[in-house]
Amino acid sequence: MEPLKLHFDVSGSDFTCAGEASGNIKKALKEIGFSAALTRNVAIAVYEGEINMVIHGGGGQIDVEITPECISIVLADQGPGIPDIALAMQEGYSTAPENVRQLGFGAGMGLPNIKKYTDEMIIESEVGKGTTIRLKVFPQ
Amino acid sequence: MKIREIKNILDAELICGENFLDNEVFTACGSDMMSDVLAYVKEQAVLLSGLVNPQVVRTAEMMDMKCIVFVRGKHPDLDMIELAEERDIVLLGTRLEMFTSCGLLYKNGLKGGSGI
Ligand SMILES: Nc1ncnc2c1ncn2[C@@H]1O[C@H](COP(=O)(O)OP(=O)(O)OP(=O)(O)O)[C@@H](O)[C@H]1O
Ligand SMILES: [Mg+2]
Repeated sequence: MEPLKLHFDVSGSDFTCAGEASGNIKKALKEIGFSAALTRNVAIAVYEGEINMVIHGGGGQIDVEITPECISIVLADQGPGIPDIALAMQEGYSTAPENVRQLGFGAGMGLPNIKKYTDEMIIESEVGKGTTIRLKVFPQ
Repeated sequence: MKIREIKNILDAELICGENFLDNEVFTACGSDMMSDVLAYVKEQAVLLSGLVNPQVVRTAEMMDMKCIVFVRGKHPDLDMIELAEERDIVLLGTRLEMFTSCGLLYKNGLKGGSGI
């Protein structure tokens, strides 16, 4: 079977629209017939990534490939990058400014939460160039 | 508990989702921090929040929540209401504060995430 491919451009300046891509991905997974639990887990992981892309990364692109065996998601931005990935992965570590906290984010839980809800998570980041997060979930 | 009962207990205004008032929910959580909701909440169907922005609706969407209660008299704007309507999420608004709202619902049988 040909994989189903989805592409989304995520605006870096429109906080209101953040989550639009994740919502569409969730809908697609549901329509294909993946379980509610798997669909929710993937949705939460992608949404955390999409929010990060908007509040830290200045926007970017999300590419998804879906087969019955593997859901693969690549979140790429051209933002400031992450200087210390191990530190960023720690629960509670956040550089989010006060205005982001007032919007309900910035607890430093997003990256650890992505890890929790996916089977594979690879972060590539270069300061000044951007960040790419590759995620895989194996439905079986 | 039916969502309708939540509305009555909190003397809440129905903002949208009238068709779903008879849906049953068993658990709830309360937070103004969406990061925490995404990280710690498990299967809760109701979110009580004093935060008003579209990401509250989106967070509920990702987590399959059925109902959002805005506390402290907070009111969502039209864009948020539309977002919730498209996702079949009930929006309620109460004048009560967070602690009181959660307490009343808990006293009436709604549980937290750990089933306690
Ligand atoms: N795409 C990105 N570009 C640049 N920095 C990032 C990116 N994603 C994460 N970071 C950095 O990693 C830190 C931790 O990210 P994480 O998602 O865990 O927490 P947060 O976004 O700060 O808060 P939360 O996700 O709980 O709302 C961020 O505060 C930020 O410094
Ligand atoms: Mg984050």
